[in-house]
Amino acid sequence: MSSDRSKLAFWLLMAPLLIWLVTLIILPHVGMFLVSLREKVGVREYETSFANYAVFFNEPLYWNTFARTAYMSIASTVLTLLIGFPIAYYIAKLTRGRTKTTLFLMCLIPFWVSELVRTFGWMILLRETGVISNVLQYLGLIGGPVEMLYNDAAIMTGLVYTSMLFMVVPLITTLDSLDDSLIEAGYDLGASGFSILREIVIPHAMPGIVSGCIVVFMLSLGNYLTPILLGGKDSLWFTGLIYSQFITRFNWELGSAFGFLLLGLSSLIVFVGLKLSRQSLGKTMAQ
Amino acid sequence: MITGIPQSTGFKWAYKAYVTLFFIYLALPLATVCVFAFNDSVFPSLPWEGFTWAWFFGNDAPYIGVFHERPILRSIVTSGIVAFWVSLLAVFVGTCNAFLFVRHEFRGKGFLYILMLLPLIIPGIILGISILVFSSSAANFLEDATGLWFDGLRPGLILVVLGQFSFITTFATLVISARLQKFDPSLEEAALNLGATHWGAVRAVTLPFLFPAMAAAGVVAVLMSFENFNTTLMLVGSDAPLTITMFDRLKLGSTPVLNAVSLLLIVVSALLGLASLLLQKRED
Repeated sequence: MSSDRSKLAFWLLMAPLLIWLVTLIILPHVGMFLVSLREKVGVREYETSFANYAVFFNEPLYWNTFARTAYMSIASTVLTLLIGFPIAYYIAKLTRGRTKTTLFLMCLIPFWVSELVRTFGWMILLRETGVISNVLQYLGLIGGPVEMLYNDAAIMTGLVYTSMLFMVVPLITTLDSLDDSLIEAGYDLGASGFSILREIVIPHAMPGIVSGCIVVFMLSLGNYLTPILLGGKDSLWFTGLIYSQFITRFNWELGSAFGFLLLGLSSLIVFVGLKLSRQSLGKTMAQ
Repeated sequence: MITGIPQSTGFKWAYKAYVTLFFIYLALPLATVCVFAFNDSVFPSLPWEGFTWAWFFGNDAPYIGVFHERPILRSIVTSGIVAFWVSLLAVFVGTCNAFLFVRHEFRGKGFLYILMLLPLIIPGIILGISILVFSSSAANFLEDATGLWFDGLRPGLILVVLGQFSFITTFATLVISARLQKFDPSLEEAALNLGATHWGAVRAVTLPFLFPAMAAAGVVAVLMSFENFNTTLMLVGSDAPLTITMFDRLKLGSTPVLNAVSLLLIVVSALLGLASLLLQKRED
């Protein structure tokens, strides 16, 4: 009797999880994969083939955009790490008490605000009639208005800004757990600042570096707002292609194939990152 | 904090300057957006034409303030409705998941746990299009089979709610599980010894203990729902939530009304974010 009731309780708890995962995650992705394999041969007539994937590989515009999205995302990940690491080290190791909490909160607040608002801020700053151009003219550093929007550097600025939090927080968490006396011992034994960083700090921070990089790369790859608004009409970003296939061209078959390629690349990077660092998905994401 | 390590003052000074520059970089876009909400000009750009409240309360064209701009007010209401449902659903399913993963041992638990985390690593746009494709084929199939209309499965608010719910639930599950793990099961056993039913014990002892985490998860869900763009973009129908309305306006060209809306968004999200932190802090 009691075992029946606990079985009932178990299945009642299991039901919402299964309904959620099956109807909103698993079936939609299987469905999207099947649609990506459909080739339109007539009105409401379809054949199963890899034609949509062939279109991707035969059209340089598509795979160039794919490659460009990938390497721009890698570049933004590396930049975010280089900029964020000293900040995380400063907050974790060189401050304490109230200063530490305040600085940490100051890192968090910008990211509670919608990405749209942050991107809008960069547009006001960078455009031809924008704040930075005006200030530089006022200072006499440039002769006329300068357009700083609508180029790759603008996209990069936006991407790094948008993903900074996801790098800094895991870094602070791992650096916090590094015992200060190890660093001090390194100094006492006569090591230089650089070799302490290489031999003690970075190896210890590796889990944080890996999870930060994975998340930042994924977010950059899947970003839509920043490249579209800061990069202008000609900026090519893979999510933009997916959007135009779905909404503008109404070619869902090709759009699904693109979606699957993006998902494949993003999963591959996550998988490789986890394997290289010998971490589990659960541990990485919990940070 | 590390003390007693000799470092040249020049290095220390440079390091401090770098950190200061970093925080200026973080604050700059948001501060700019806020400042230009008060500029007495029809473009959010320099020169500064003087201070005005018109972009909040104005009612004469072209100075129509946020509080008189119907499309924006309507989309704020839409966003609120979506956020309410997403947060309710996510906290409910998240709580069930927490009990399942913390209290039960079963075959395939590890596999299900990984599946539960997957929405975190699927780009938002892909989540959006996969749900769009699936619900449209489901709608076509059902309409062919029954001859009835299934508008709920076409792009619109229901799909937006489902799309946001599909990944926000993972966050809710993580927040609530973390709290449930700290719960001492002997408290529940004591209630059972005193004659409580199983469900009675959970309701009287465990749920009140979990409440701060459930509230924090709810606040985080509202925050994430309000600012979600990627998933919403693919599933939106005729009623657009705030981020979509703002995006459409931005593409046409910006006016300081958008700055005023943004300022309100910044204030509200900072308050909600701090609230969720305080709720989580109270747990300890």
